[in-house]
Amino acid sequence: MEKIREEKDMNESRQEENKKPTVYRIWRALKGQSEEKAEELTLEREQILDEKVLEKHRLDHEKMLEKTYDIEHNPIYGFFRRFYKVAGVLCCLALIIILLVQVSYLPPVGSSSNPGSNEVAAKYIEDGLQDTGAVNIVTGMILDYRAFDTFGESNVLFIATCTVLILLRNDKKKGKDSAEAEERRDSYYEPKNDVILQTITKVLVPIIFIFGIYVILNGHLSPGGGFSGGAIIGAGLILYLNAFGFQKIERFFTEKTYKWVSFGSLTFYCLAKSYSFYTGAHHLESGIPLGKAGAIISSGLILPLNICVGLVVACTMYAFFALFRKGGF
Amino acid sequence: MLLFGANFISNIGEEVAMVLFGIGFANLLFQKNLIKKIIGLNIMDSSVYLFLAEKGYIEGRLAPIVVNGIQDVNTYINPIPSGLVLTGIVVSVSVTALMLSLTVRLYRRYHTLDLDEISARLKKEGL
Repeated sequence: MEKIREEKDMNESRQEENKKPTVYRIWRALKGQSEEKAEELTLEREQILDEKVLEKHRLDHEKMLEKTYDIEHNPIYGFFRRFYKVAGVLCCLALIIILLVQVSYLPPVGSSSNPGSNEVAAKYIEDGLQDTGAVNIVTGMILDYRAFDTFGESNVLFIATCTVLILLRNDKKKGKDSAEAEERRDSYYEPKNDVILQTITKVLVPIIFIFGIYVILNGHLSPGGGFSGGAIIGAGLILYLNAFGFQKIERFFTEKTYKWVSFGSLTFYCLAKSYSFYTGAHHLESGIPLGKAGAIISSGLILPLNICVGLVVACTMYAFFALFRKGGF
Repeated sequence: MLLFGANFISNIGEEVAMVLFGIGFANLLFQKNLIKKIIGLNIMDSSVYLFLAEKGYIEGRLAPIVVNGIQDVNTYINPIPSGLVLTGIVVSVSVTALMLSLTVRLYRRYHTLDLDEISARLKKEGL
């Protein structure tokens, strides 16, 4: 106790020293005077209250807390609750009415003269096929004109997985009685060998995977792309996991797989798009031939980038599910 | 009805989006259960997607996929809001996962999802 006080006093005196101007301290040092020592200060002992008094204070405090936090009977709480309900309803109604009034003054939906369809949209539609080679204008937009935006989105997914991993990871060092260990034991007793689920999964999962791959590979030709195809493949993985459990899925998908697939996809995306900075930064040409419009292998970098995004999304979907279910892969 | 502008009837899709937004906001205010609060936030997200999709729609035009080599502005709808909705969906998925994991942590510590109870206990603990 005394030691702590001493240190505190020393810190205070040092702080006061620091407040004095540097010129003064240099002048003093030149005169040969040393800086003031903290040990010379006198110390005062802290007055310790009687234990009985302390106990009484503690009981009083607890009583007061009980009375304050007795939500059912405290009249202030009751008043606040009623006030909150009324004010909240009024607030929501006011918000809805303000928004409705604003919307009713917006230009009509579906008319071609809306300010939204300006020269940017016209440029994308008129020059999109020649610039990017993608038949699907939206894909050409998000993976070529705005490729960095999509790169950021993929990174958002990756960072969200990392954060969930930090929050929900199973700490194996903790004892058997912790809440996490109990949840882990729960997952062992789930009904695993469900015949109906397993039979349906055997039929469905290959179809789901093939459909997901089709959506990803056709991203520049038809509706779809990396995000939707990745979500489909992730759903297939989750279905497989629910039917056959973690032991079977760990034969081909583990934490290591997740790590390398995500890392590889994001790195490839980053390199592929930074490369275009060196070849012609202002219109982001990649130098790769665009090919014939409408063919699968066309439109330059869009197909590989779609595959990268799809892999990241599929891994993320599966990782979210596995982390929430078991706290690991 | 003097309050409302001339396009009240034709903008009915956007009106629906705004009402959904209000419903989601009311969920945020009145639900005590954390999971239901997160559902309310997701309803608000969906209303924003609906609003953006309505903004990009132009009556009688096709989805922005080039068909038969026609590249006329007057053939396709506005492709930009579609891309924005995609961004919104990705961010909403990430935010939802983050909030749910935080809720799991809170449940592990306090064994309840009631926000009032959690905050009362926090105050009692002197935090």
